[in-house]
Amino acid sequence: MATNTTASPTGTRLPRDEDHPLIFERGAAGASAAWLPPSDVPCVDPAFAFGEDAVDTAGPEIPEIGEMDLVRHYTRLAQRLFSVDANFYPLGSCTMKYNPRVNERAAAMPGFARLHPYQDEADVQGILELFHRLRLALQEISGLAEVTLQPAAGAQGEMTGLMIINAYHRSRGENRVKVLTPDSAHGTNPATCTICGRQACTVKSGADGRVDLKDLRDQVDEQTAALMITNPNTVGVFDEQIAEIAKIVHARGAQLYLDGANMNALLGIAKPASFGVDAMHFNTHKTFSTPHGGGGPGAGPVGVAEHLRPFLPVPQIVRRENGTYGWDEDRPKSIGKVRSFYGQSGVLVRAYTYIRALGGDGLRDVAEKAVLSANYLAARLRHRFEMPFPPPYAHEFIMVPRFAGSDVTETDIAKRLIDFGIHPPTMSWPIHHCLMVEPTETESLDTLDRFVAAMLTIADEIENDPERVRTAPHTQPVRRVDEVSAARKPNVRWRPQ
Amino acid sequence: MKIPTDRKYLATHEWFKPEGDLLVVGISQFAADELTDITFVDLPAVGTKVQAGKAFGEIESVKATAELISAVSGAVAEINAALADAPELVNGDPFHKAWMVKIKPGDRSGLDALMDAAAYESHCAAGAH
Repeated sequence: MATNTTASPTGTRLPRDEDHPLIFERGAAGASAAWLPPSDVPCVDPAFAFGEDAVDTAGPEIPEIGEMDLVRHYTRLAQRLFSVDANFYPLGSCTMKYNPRVNERAAAMPGFARLHPYQDEADVQGILELFHRLRLALQEISGLAEVTLQPAAGAQGEMTGLMIINAYHRSRGENRVKVLTPDSAHGTNPATCTICGRQACTVKSGADGRVDLKDLRDQVDEQTAALMITNPNTVGVFDEQIAEIAKIVHARGAQLYLDGANMNALLGIAKPASFGVDAMHFNTHKTFSTPHGGGGPGAGPVGVAEHLRPFLPVPQIVRRENGTYGWDEDRPKSIGKVRSFYGQSGVLVRAYTYIRALGGDGLRDVAEKAVLSANYLAARLRHRFEMPFPPPYAHEFIMVPRFAGSDVTETDIAKRLIDFGIHPPTMSWPIHHCLMVEPTETESLDTLDRFVAAMLTIADEIENDPERVRTAPHTQPVRRVDEVSAARKPNVRWRPQ
Repeated sequence: MKIPTDRKYLATHEWFKPEGDLLVVGISQFAADELTDITFVDLPAVGTKVQAGKAFGEIESVKATAELISAVSGAVAEINAALADAPELVNGDPFHKAWMVKIKPGDRSGLDALMDAAAYESHCAAGAH
């Protein structure tokens, strides 16, 4: 088979996509990678057992392929993956930090991996102790009175947090229908409000990216259940007005909810409880290096202040007076269960491993290095790329590429970065035409410098050879995909020709 | 950019043009350009009640999803069914062919607060999104 190749800046040559058929287009009739032993029970005619109607005589249209070709097919696909294990991945807002191998080792230990949730409590004291210790660690990190590990994702954590806040208001005979979110909020915040039967109302931000206190004062009232805020926020700045914001919110009896998406910048430096937070969730995949997964499994532990404790989900992990660990179900005001059993235990083992491997000083170091890395990149790129918000930044920053007389877009720059072996930053969100860069703490100075060099090269290209940027990537098996047709006329299923 | 002067504009980039006792509603070229290629327009059924300042539909592009806001309260009298199969019309001709809904307003007072073409043009130039 002829192979078209293109040289990349690093000299790697990647085969073109058309040379690699889909698995459905490969193989030959009768080929197989599996051999089943002869059946040692009598065969039953399925038509007799299930009725003629239930039997498909044509058989399934599945690929028939030998083991070697099968292995090569998937190995080749795996080699094309853009992943944090292979490439710098400065995807803003997502915190694509390295997932240390030791996390996997801990999670694979048979004492954790081979448990069954119906096992007797006395036989699973190890994992219960780990849950309890993780709970204490998150309480220490947040400064909040009590943490539940049950929610299975950050978004479910948000929902749990807001349900707790609603239950609190109800217990005081109040039905507060409004929840405020700043205009820079993650989309999950207003979605959570709606799911919880509350009306999401937007609070304006000022030109510096911080909450407009006047607008907040105007909007918060006796109908307001909570303000949901992310701090540092999604434009990468820490809102130092947070204590004042808490005061404004509390003065009307509303609660302050912190979206913990950006806790990576606060670890060991500031405890959310100390700036007035009543409830928050953690994203273990962002802050504590658990895998981002493909939508799961995840964990979104929720912490609450003293007055919200009675409403936490059941069961809660506790250490009994005799030193054993078990479940507390006796919480009459609880909002109930939010997840089967006790959440995603494998993810929780990884988060605990990360916290213990680093310790208190190490966690603070994470936040300091994440913030330093982001500010280093911003400082080195400021002279070429416009940054709408003034520094200093927290753990990420936004730039809006504008080049006089050029129609090169943020998308073009993102695609061109792929040629340099760098995953594109987040694009076009949270403000128009922006690129949002989050290096995380896990990248070396050498990698950060390579990113700077790539961005400066691209800036030169925009001025001298814009076509090179507009037609990127040049090194990948797939060039520009037709996003418009894919969205307007999606073709999501392979069919034989 | 040519902004028609026969209609009025919301800061969120919807336009409202009187047509008999109805109001024709669409989005501006500026909005269509900012959204880039439109892939889906979600419009309400005829007869749906709309509220001033609230969303009556949604528009999606390869880049973003945006709500369509009504300046007046009333009921949807007609929708532009062509947009279901050809959302790209919004990119090509947002001021004319790609009108979205016609609303029978219960009360036209919401229109007074809207911008005329000149005010809307400076609103766009100021980079207000």
